[in-house]
Amino acid sequence: MSQLHTKTLSELAKGLKSREFSSVEVTGHFLNRIQKFNSELNAFITVTADSALHQAAAADALLANGKGGVLTGLPLAHKDIFCTDGVLTTCGSKMLSNFIAPYDATVVSLLQQAGIVTLGKTNMDEFAMGSSNETSYFGTVKNPWNLNKVPGGSSGGSAAAVAARIAPAATGTDTGGSIRQPAALSSLTGIKPTYGRVSRYGMIAFASSLDQAGVMCLSAEDAALLLQAMAGFDPKDSTSVNDPVPDYSATLNQPLKGLRIGLPIEFFNDGLTPENAKPVREALAEYEKLGAQLVDVSLPNISLSVPTYYVVAPAECSSNLSRFDGVRFGYRCDSPRDLMDLYKRSRGEGFGAEVKRRIMTGTYVLSAGYYDAYYLRAQKIRRLITNDFANAFKQVDVLMGPTSPTPAFDIGAKVDDPVTMYLNDIYTIGANLAGLPAMSIPCGFISELPVGLQIIGRHFSEAKLLNVAHVYQHSTDWHKRIPQRYA
Amino acid sequence: MRSEFSLLGLSMSLSRGDVENIAHLARLSVTDAEVTVYANSLSSILALVEQLSATDVSDVEPMAHPLAGQVQRLREDEVTAIDAREKYQQNAVKVDAGLYLVPKVIE
Repeated sequence: MSQLHTKTLSELAKGLKSREFSSVEVTGHFLNRIQKFNSELNAFITVTADSALHQAAAADALLANGKGGVLTGLPLAHKDIFCTDGVLTTCGSKMLSNFIAPYDATVVSLLQQAGIVTLGKTNMDEFAMGSSNETSYFGTVKNPWNLNKVPGGSSGGSAAAVAARIAPAATGTDTGGSIRQPAALSSLTGIKPTYGRVSRYGMIAFASSLDQAGVMCLSAEDAALLLQAMAGFDPKDSTSVNDPVPDYSATLNQPLKGLRIGLPIEFFNDGLTPENAKPVREALAEYEKLGAQLVDVSLPNISLSVPTYYVVAPAECSSNLSRFDGVRFGYRCDSPRDLMDLYKRSRGEGFGAEVKRRIMTGTYVLSAGYYDAYYLRAQKIRRLITNDFANAFKQVDVLMGPTSPTPAFDIGAKVDDPVTMYLNDIYTIGANLAGLPAMSIPCGFISELPVGLQIIGRHFSEAKLLNVAHVYQHSTDWHKRIPQRYA
Repeated sequence: MRSEFSLLGLSMSLSRGDVENIAHLARLSVTDAEVTVYANSLSSILALVEQLSATDVSDVEPMAHPLAGQVQRLREDEVTAIDAREKYQQNAVKVDAGLYLVPKVIE
C-alpha cells in the first residue's frame, strides 16, 4: 500500500476497478501524506478529510456492485479558486478568508458526479495573479523539487501537491500561463483547454476573456480522463461553447508520422539561453524520431503579448474585482466611518499588494481619456497576435517551444520587481490572448530542476494535443520522475 | 490625471498625486508608503505597455472575444435562480431581518 502515491490516476483507476485496493484506502493514503508533508509545502489551504472519506466510502459501495465510472473513487484536489458548496473558498486572499461558498462550480459538480473524491483546496497566488505563488495571503508554496524554489503560479499549490504525490491530480486555472508554467516548474502534465471548452461558472473571475479551467496531473492519459468529465457546454457560463466533446482517450495512441510541428522562431531567440533551450531541443529531436516534421514558423507580433496582456487582464480584473465591496460577503474593515470609508478600507486591507497593483493598472487604462490609447489598442494588437497563430496553423498542426524561460527560481528573487515577474509568462500568454488550447509536459531537467515543453494547438484540438503528448510520454520517462524526498 | 499618454515619446511616470487619484477611483485605501511603491511599479508597467505604441493598428478591428464568430448568448428573461438569501447571508458580516447593514448613508 505504501506505493499507491506513485501511481498515475489511470493506474489507480484500474486498481479500484479490479478491487486491488479500495477508494477509502487510496484516499486515506493521500490524506496521510497531506498530513505528513503539507506543513513543509504549504500546498493546501483547506483539507476536507472527513467528507473525502465519506465520498470514498460511497464510491467503494458503487464499485463493489460493479457500478461507477472510470473516475469513481479517485481523489483529486481543487484549486481554491473553484467554489465548493459549504467549504471555505478563499482564492488565496484575505478578502475571502472567511468565505464559505454557497454553491459548487460547474467543474466541481461535474467531477463530483463522475465519482471524484475531493481531498481539499489548494493554495494559489491571490486571485490567480502571480507566477510564483508568493502573493497568496496564506503564504508561499514550496517547490517539491527544491524547497527553496517557487513552484510556479498561480496554480502553485496544485502543482506542489501533485509533484509531491500528496494528491494524484488537481484542477487549475490558466489566464496567462497559470497551469502550464507551474506544471513546467514542477514536472507535471498540465493542459489549458480552448477558451469556452470548460465552464467558468463558479470559478472566481480574474480576467473573463482569458480565464480557462484545466488540470494538472502525471500524464496525458490522466489529463484525458479528467478533461473528459470537465469539458462541455454549460448554460450557466455565457461564453461556454456548445460543440460536441470528442473522446479524448480514444485517439491518444495515434501515430505521429507526418505530424507537422511548428517552431516559432521568436520562442527560440536571444531570450532563451542555450542551456535552457537544450531539454526542449532534445524533446523536439525525439518527436522527429517519432516521425514528426519540424518547421520554422514566425509569430511576428508575439513579443507584444506580455504588454497586451498587462492592459487587457488588469482592465478586466479591475472590473471583476469591483464586486468586493465589504457589504454582502468577504472582508469588512473595522468600524467604518461612512460608506466610502467602508469600501476603501475593506478593499485596501482585504487585497494584497499585487492584486491592488493590477486593479490600479486596470483602473488607469480604462479611465476617461485613456481607453483608446490603452485598452482599445491592446484589443487590436490582440487580434494581430491571434492572426499570427492562425497563419502559423495554416502550415503546421501544432506549435512547440519552451513553457517558461527558466526553471524554478529562488523564493523571493522576483517579488520586488513586478515587470520581471510578468516576463515569466512570455511564452504562455499568447495562447490565452488567442483562446487556444495549450499544454506543458515534462521534457528534462536543468541542474536538477524540471523543464517543460509547451504544445499549442488549434482551437478545440485538445484531443490532438493529448495524443501528441501521450506518444512522447510513451517513449520517454521524464513524466515519471518523482522528487526523491516524496518517492 | 497629470501624466499624458502620447504614442510618441510620452512621460509614463506617474506622480504620487496620480496614484492617489487612481486609488480613489478604484476605491482602495493606500498608505503613504504604498503610494511611493505603486508610483514606481505602475510607471514601470506603463513603460512595458508603451511597446504597444509602435505598431500601426489603424485598420485592425479590436478583438472582443477570443473565438472568431462567437457572440455572447442571451438567455430568456425568466426567473431561474432559486431563493437562497438565507444561505448567502451567512457570509455577510452584518445582517438584520434579511437586510445587509452598512454605515448610515443619509443623515
